[in-house]
Amino acid sequence: MENDTIAAIATAMGESSIAIIRVSGTDAVTLVDHIYQGKNKLSTVATHTVHYGHIIDPTTKEKIDEVLVTVMLAPRTFTRENVVEISCHGGLVAVEQTLGLLMSTGIRLAEPGEFTKRAFLNGRIDLSQAEAVIDLIRAKTDKAAKIAIRQSEGKLSHHIRALRSEIVETLAHLAVNVDYPEYDADVLTSQYVVDRCMSIKKDIDKLLRTAKQGKILREGIATAIIGRPNVGKSSLMNALTQENKAIVTDIPGTTRDVIEEYVNVRGIPLKLLDTAGIRETEDVVEQIGVKRSEEALQNADLVLLVLNHSEALQKEDMRLIEKSKAYPTIFVINKTDLPRQIDYEEIKKYIGDRPMISLSVKAEQGLTQLEETIKTMFFSGQVDMNDQTYVSNARHIRLLEQAKASIMEVMNGIELGVPLDMAEIDMKNAWQLLGEVIGEAVAEDLIDQIFSQFCLGK
Amino acid sequence: MSYHASTYDVVVIGAGHAGCEAALAAARMGCQTLLLTLSLDTIAYMPCNPSIGGPAKGHVVRELDALGGEMGKNIDKTHIQMRMLNTGKGPAVYALRAQADKVLYQREMKKVLEEEPNLTLHQNMVEKLLIQDGVCKGVITRTGAEYHAETVVLTTGTYLRGKIIIGDLQYESGPNNQQPSVNLALHLQELGFNMVRFKTGTPPRINSRTIDTSKMEIQPGDEEPRAFSFETTEYITDQLPCWLTYTNEKTHQYIQDNLHRAPMYSGKIEGRGPRYCPSIEDKIVRFADKNRHQIFIEPEGRETLEMYVQGLSTSLPEDVQQDILRTIDGLEKAEMVRTGYAIEYDAIVPTQLWPSLETKLVPGLFTAGQINGTSGYEEAAAQGIMAGINAARKVQGKEPVILDRSEAYIGVLIDDLVTKGTNEPYRLLTSRAEYRLLLRHDNADLRLTDKGYDIGLIKEERYGRFVAKRDAIEKEIARLRKTKLTPNAEVQAQLAVLGTSEINNVMELANLIKRPELSYQDIMKLSPPPEKLSEEVMEQVEIQLKYEGYIQKSLQQVEKMKRMEEKRIPHWVDYTKVSGLSSESREKLQQVQPVSLGQASRISGVNPADISILMIYIEQGGRTA
Repeated sequence: MENDTIAAIATAMGESSIAIIRVSGTDAVTLVDHIYQGKNKLSTVATHTVHYGHIIDPTTKEKIDEVLVTVMLAPRTFTRENVVEISCHGGLVAVEQTLGLLMSTGIRLAEPGEFTKRAFLNGRIDLSQAEAVIDLIRAKTDKAAKIAIRQSEGKLSHHIRALRSEIVETLAHLAVNVDYPEYDADVLTSQYVVDRCMSIKKDIDKLLRTAKQGKILREGIATAIIGRPNVGKSSLMNALTQENKAIVTDIPGTTRDVIEEYVNVRGIPLKLLDTAGIRETEDVVEQIGVKRSEEALQNADLVLLVLNHSEALQKEDMRLIEKSKAYPTIFVINKTDLPRQIDYEEIKKYIGDRPMISLSVKAEQGLTQLEETIKTMFFSGQVDMNDQTYVSNARHIRLLEQAKASIMEVMNGIELGVPLDMAEIDMKNAWQLLGEVIGEAVAEDLIDQIFSQFCLGK
Repeated sequence: MSYHASTYDVVVIGAGHAGCEAALAAARMGCQTLLLTLSLDTIAYMPCNPSIGGPAKGHVVRELDALGGEMGKNIDKTHIQMRMLNTGKGPAVYALRAQADKVLYQREMKKVLEEEPNLTLHQNMVEKLLIQDGVCKGVITRTGAEYHAETVVLTTGTYLRGKIIIGDLQYESGPNNQQPSVNLALHLQELGFNMVRFKTGTPPRINSRTIDTSKMEIQPGDEEPRAFSFETTEYITDQLPCWLTYTNEKTHQYIQDNLHRAPMYSGKIEGRGPRYCPSIEDKIVRFADKNRHQIFIEPEGRETLEMYVQGLSTSLPEDVQQDILRTIDGLEKAEMVRTGYAIEYDAIVPTQLWPSLETKLVPGLFTAGQINGTSGYEEAAAQGIMAGINAARKVQGKEPVILDRSEAYIGVLIDDLVTKGTNEPYRLLTSRAEYRLLLRHDNADLRLTDKGYDIGLIKEERYGRFVAKRDAIEKEIARLRKTKLTPNAEVQAQLAVLGTSEINNVMELANLIKRPELSYQDIMKLSPPPEKLSEEVMEQVEIQLKYEGYIQKSLQQVEKMKRMEEKRIPHWVDYTKVSGLSSESREKLQQVQPVSLGQASRISGVNPADISILMIYIEQGGRTA
């Protein structure tokens, strides 16, 4: 656990359009070499040097990203271990893929605050900072825990739980066959276990496919489009999603749930929160629309506050502007295709130098500037999307892949004539790996399962 | 009035399976040892099933034997049958089980104790511990005798405030109507021990003259000679069979009709019972869709007609028990000679123990067996030998011996108890061991004989034989790795005779043996070893090579665990002063006081972040200190 090699995204998903992945540990250099292609092997270069090359998927030989790699050998590094820093250019997807590849070489994802912890344990950081290190670990863990809770309520957890319960039933059955050999439970046959494995593998494959397409695991900057009714929120959302899926039917407001739409704006994933207010019918009192917008605000990383170019500022607008102060906000003045009624000076008074974009969704003017502004805000660090989300995606995929490999091991073993109770070791492994995805483990569950599933005793 | 009776190095209280092993270990390690028991007639008594071994438990008996324990040797001398279970499965889960002649088992064990030079046996009831400055210094008996000692091992079984329950009937009693130990239980509470109330039970016994075995399936012992102990050379050939019959709809209906008379359901039992050993009434309720349950009829010995009715553990009233028996095929006319009962007793919460089995509260006091919340003769004996060893080593000023989870089922058992505690009587299961493949019963001697020898419980002669066996295994494995087959016509023909496919390239014998259809016997035909090897050596060579891949995988996991295990938590760590720990883990850590980060990480509720924080804290203290 102590000297193994760890990796994490070191930059807070911002600062510049470059993201840095930091790798630390005894084998950092040789392991990164597995996925790096450049003029020289990293293991042959001098310490504290920078190298240009590509990240390559070793199985498909596909180029993932163009990178600059810094090699720093122990002990003159942050952690006093061998450190490799990979600067990725190719956007967040490439970062995530690179991280995933690193993990496939056997590098472990760093725990929250682990680099700093190592720096401390290796004597790099001063003793007086110990408290700060502890605080950092605590804070990062709590943040990760929050995300984990959010995910545990999600669809993925549901699938994983179902898979795990299928595995644990089989495990319990195998355990009973072993621990109570005379008990008259049916003895599991190899064929039965293989069949189970096939079905489990199929399910994991399905999860992996969706995970890679990002349909289940995908997260993004939670973006709330707010504003009074009829300012053009829905059109803006549609323009951003570039399809009419989000709303706009002849029968508006059929659901009150917040719908999430995912869009990729210049490589930055946005999770658009469809504030139910968008769907309000015209005759609904405006108050409701405002209220819904306020609710959506609470979950937002980024706010797009839409105002109407063709109307004067109203009380409700003011109220939303006031509310938006606590959030990174872009003010969108829509409907520039219509005659101006809004007073720009007045708006300036309220929003100061926070970004403001005038556009017309209908005339398809100004959207480019909006997207550009979103990107700038993101990379300047004004919008903080939790980078843990990316990490957990890569982590999930890795764990799912490992679980699948374990299940295949079970089948291989059985095919080679290995006794079931030995093949079971791999099955247990798969069960534990899947548990790690959703933060559930361990052995006591199995014992519970044995005694609830079978009637044993003397 | 009390008087100073005598002074010993180690005093052991209780002569059950834990107490016998503890006393023998201490005495054999050179400590003057006193073994006190309520009754000399119940030494090594089996109040429940007449059998020793089985999955996980049989592994423990082999481990005990490798450490120099007595249980394996004793059952080898006194069984009525032995069977190897799970032979259709992998070698990791083969398990030897013996049916015991209960009386003979007791008699043999008593003789061994009596013959042990440094050991004194005495019949007496201990009512109090002698405590000086918070340290245990001996015991006081009901008769007023004060025995002084450096260390004391407490193995009270189910005697502490024992209470027998049969239907409406309840009375204070130890197992099988032995006198319970009440004052000692109260004394432990006064000392500040956190106690729990557990429950277990036993089925009725019947007279074999009154049963009809023609309606049952016979369960004979193995013909092949079997033994638990490395030292056993004489095998019992004359074996007695057990019998299998089943409950039926009539049985179930009858129990249903009388459930209102079951103390389990009328709320008269407060103790927590084990899930793996439910009473028959519990089985009928919880598994209502099962239309029959197995009943094994097992002889209690050679010199008695008494039979144990396995599967019918119950605390239903006596009349109901008799009637239930008679609904079962073959038992229609069965005479019940002993009534089944449930028994409640006090146990101490085992997280109050160090991994050495010394109590944290009272230095010098060790506990082992059912008092620590376990169930089973083997689990008790395992703790007994460890407590005895560590009590003796404390007297001798040596560090305690602690087995880890990758070394022995005994390590798993004790680590589970002192780290996680238990909320029901704890039974070992193979699924509790994460390194099951390494903890095989066939390699218990290889795993632990060195330890037993170092401790001083394995004699030179045996150790010499053991080393010779180990060397032979290593030599033969090395030979098979070196010996290569060349794919020529002659070799291919030989392979064809063995019923296996041809080889394409030069192949080592060590790899060839991995083919599922080949055994060591086949390999021997291709290339015989220079000298004749014993069965045990050939078995080891085959297992170690055949399952090498899986064994390697387990060893890698062990490596990872060991690193955390080696990180000791220093004594000065004060959990109340570690900022950043979650309150749940702070509480648990304070309670368990883990000795290593590895142990800390196994406490439920302690997460990796807490471990990281602890590491930082320790490092910080280490640098300032």
